[in-house]
Amino acid sequence: MRQKEFLHTVLPFKDKVFRLAKRLLVSTDEAEDATQELYLKLWKNKNKLKQYNNIEAFAMTMTKNYCLDQLKAKRSNNLKLVHSNYKDHTISLQRDIELKDSVRKVHELIERLPEKQKMIIQLRDVENYEYEEIGKILDLQPTAVRVALSRARKTIREQLIKQHNYGIS
Amino acid sequence: MELANIEQLIKKYENAETTLQEEQVLKDYFQHDNIPGHLIEYKAYFNYFTESGAERFTKTIPLKPRKMNWKWLSIAALVVVMVSIYSINQSRGLSEKDRLEAVNAYQETQKALQLISKNLNKGEHVAIAGLQEFGKAQHKIFKTTKK
Repeated sequence: MRQKEFLHTVLPFKDKVFRLAKRLLVSTDEAEDATQELYLKLWKNKNKLKQYNNIEAFAMTMTKNYCLDQLKAKRSNNLKLVHSNYKDHTISLQRDIELKDSVRKVHELIERLPEKQKMIIQLRDVENYEYEEIGKILDLQPTAVRVALSRARKTIREQLIKQHNYGIS
Repeated sequence: MELANIEQLIKKYENAETTLQEEQVLKDYFQHDNIPGHLIEYKAYFNYFTESGAERFTKTIPLKPRKMNWKWLSIAALVVVMVSIYSINQSRGLSEKDRLEAVNAYQETQKALQLISKNLNKGEHVAIAGLQEFGKAQHKIFKTTKK
């Protein structure tokens, strides 16, 4: 596979890879590093790529595995991920909630979800994948995807309403 | 889109039963400004997805520099090979010339040394003859003094 052909098949979903990495790794820098790392891996294995009929799903699976590995390595090093960029407690105390703040709050709420739900929310609500595709990427049954997704959506909605009411009263 | 319809869609959405088209309808609906109060928290929620979907990967993907490196490396290797071939050829040509020259020089020096040794031999004869003359003279002198 030549470079041009490679880039043509692989570049269209670079943003999706990046956003999934960012969803899991939180920090933009790390997500960028992960994306570069992943594309290097793809490039090294470019001759095997044709075996996969859905390269995008394959790349997303690789992204998922790579990021989870990164997280695991970090945890075993006792380095807890710092979410400080996104935590701003003064905002939740403000009565007047601006839209921007509540968007940030949605981000925070998704941040708190378990990794599987995080990935499913990302793949479905941000990247608009079909359930079958998500199942393929995450190696899950489509029904399991639906169940986890429903759980994640309900959790976020409940938390949002809770925070919203708290802000008003 | 009617409000009742939206509410129904939201319920379906939370049970993960909506299609991608229906989810797009919801996202589009919450882009508008006049959202009824009891649905206001969904606005941030759906806008968040639209917003974070717009995030782009801006760094370069590091394939090209690597590719360039290979190219430069091959060019450098080619230059090295060409220079070495050239220099090997050059040194081989020189050595032949050198050998001829060396043989010539050897012959010349041999000639010169032979000339010197011939002359030296001649000189030796002369010198020995001279010495004999000396000896004769000495004999004469010593004989006369002894007498």
